[in-house]
Amino acid sequence: MEWTDIALTGLIWALEILAIAIPVALSVAYITYAERRVIGLMQVRKGCNRVGPFGLLQPLADGLKLFLKETIIPSQSNKILFVAAPVMALVPALVAFAVVPFGETTLFGLWDTAHVMAIAHLNVGILYIMAISSLAIYGVLMAGWSSNSKYALIAAVRATCQMISYEISMGFALVCVLMLSGSMDLSVIVNAQTGGFWHWYIIPLFPMFLVYFISGCAETNRTPFDLVEGEAELVAGHIVEYSGMWFATFSLAEYGAMILISLLTSILFLGGWDAPIPALDFIPGTVWLLLKTSFFIFVFIWFRATFPRFRYDQMMRLGWKVFLPWTLAWIAVLGLFTYAGELNSSLTILSDMIGYYQPWRS
Amino acid sequence: MQLIKRAFKTWMLWELVKGLALTMRYLFKPKITVEYPEERTPLSPRFRGLHALRRYDSGEERCIACKLCEVVCPALAIVIESEEREDGSRRTTRYDIDMTKCIYCGLCQEACPVDAIVETQHFEYASETREALYYTKEMLLDVGDRYESQIAANIAADAKYH
Repeated sequence: MEWTDIALTGLIWALEILAIAIPVALSVAYITYAERRVIGLMQVRKGCNRVGPFGLLQPLADGLKLFLKETIIPSQSNKILFVAAPVMALVPALVAFAVVPFGETTLFGLWDTAHVMAIAHLNVGILYIMAISSLAIYGVLMAGWSSNSKYALIAAVRATCQMISYEISMGFALVCVLMLSGSMDLSVIVNAQTGGFWHWYIIPLFPMFLVYFISGCAETNRTPFDLVEGEAELVAGHIVEYSGMWFATFSLAEYGAMILISLLTSILFLGGWDAPIPALDFIPGTVWLLLKTSFFIFVFIWFRATFPRFRYDQMMRLGWKVFLPWTLAWIAVLGLFTYAGELNSSLTILSDMIGYYQPWRS
Repeated sequence: MQLIKRAFKTWMLWELVKGLALTMRYLFKPKITVEYPEERTPLSPRFRGLHALRRYDSGEERCIACKLCEVVCPALAIVIESEEREDGSRRTTRYDIDMTKCIYCGLCQEACPVDAIVETQHFEYASETREALYYTKEMLLDVGDRYESQIAANIAADAKYH
């Protein structure tokens, strides 16, 4: 390969990465704004409306403030880990976006076949996302440990326990999706759901959808599972010693993970970029995907305005004693349904029912 | 039947849905926010804000330097010095209130036998220096002169409750 080719490929990759990373960072900024406004409205307040029209410049003002603030590193902390922790939290949240498909495009007819709009079109996308998002724990753990503060340490232990517990039920909920789609490729999963909302996996997998989304709340440490930063007990949890830009990095990671979970929920259960009715196909798929994602982000905020925080043992009980058996049972039921027709011909109707959602069987 | 109903409600997260519906209703309710610098809430005539020293209609200052307010002040914010004036009456030569100490309890106003020291409804006198909050006799008299009509109206409005 000529060096010009290498340079060109690198440039295209860089542009692709920027095309995802910058919108993600911007939407994080405006999700914080949306969160303050929506929670304000739900509490019969108006929320921030002072900076710019409708307060729309508030995120910029906040960002500037955080950027200009001094980053205090506690003298008793483990300084290398303390500085590395926010980066360790942010990188997995951003890297996971590499395989998320944002739609299919022929680039206005330039290409003959539709290409998937993702930085890396991986055929094991789900596996990759599960693997990468598990790494986000390290950032929290490192922050908690290196701060040399009791609050931060307890928060880190809680966060680790919580994220590991809920990852299991989340993984099993995903297995159900895989049993229907027959592929780990996110674009294949979306294409398996094309043709109207009655094809969406939310219908056969409604309990799994609930499990996945609620686990997502726990995974991103959002209310009602934000025990990690429960201010009544732990002040601010693992970010208690952080200030300025490093603090902002943590919230960037948290909200980035929130966007990711919302994107994945829409891709896995709500047909991704497919229109709810085939007649609405003229609206570009990416718009649909972003609409669904925005809805789930709103639901995250809505949850925060509605639910009180769980007690720690209740949260563990929910994860291990409710979600885990429930997801496992659903996997078994799904498997039985799939192969019921081969066991006994009178049960063919069951496998036909579930086969409607399984394009790999026909 | 009851059992099935309950199980259904549990699995459909009925309680949570009800909670979410409540917050969703509140999302569209009219907001109670008062956008302060532009909008204000009404103030009671008993509101205890910035202090003022009042005068009689003749222009004679009311304060007779009895120092009851100085004694009663729990925050020790008032300092009074007095002297005999040429006409033989006792008057203050110094009447300072340290607004950084004052807790706006209103005891000075209650202690005053001649309604000289009163608290007005003004509360927007924050400053960037501490010195600007050390109010002297001249400043307090000035406040009284400026807001006399309002002060008199408030005292009149509250008089029937005494």
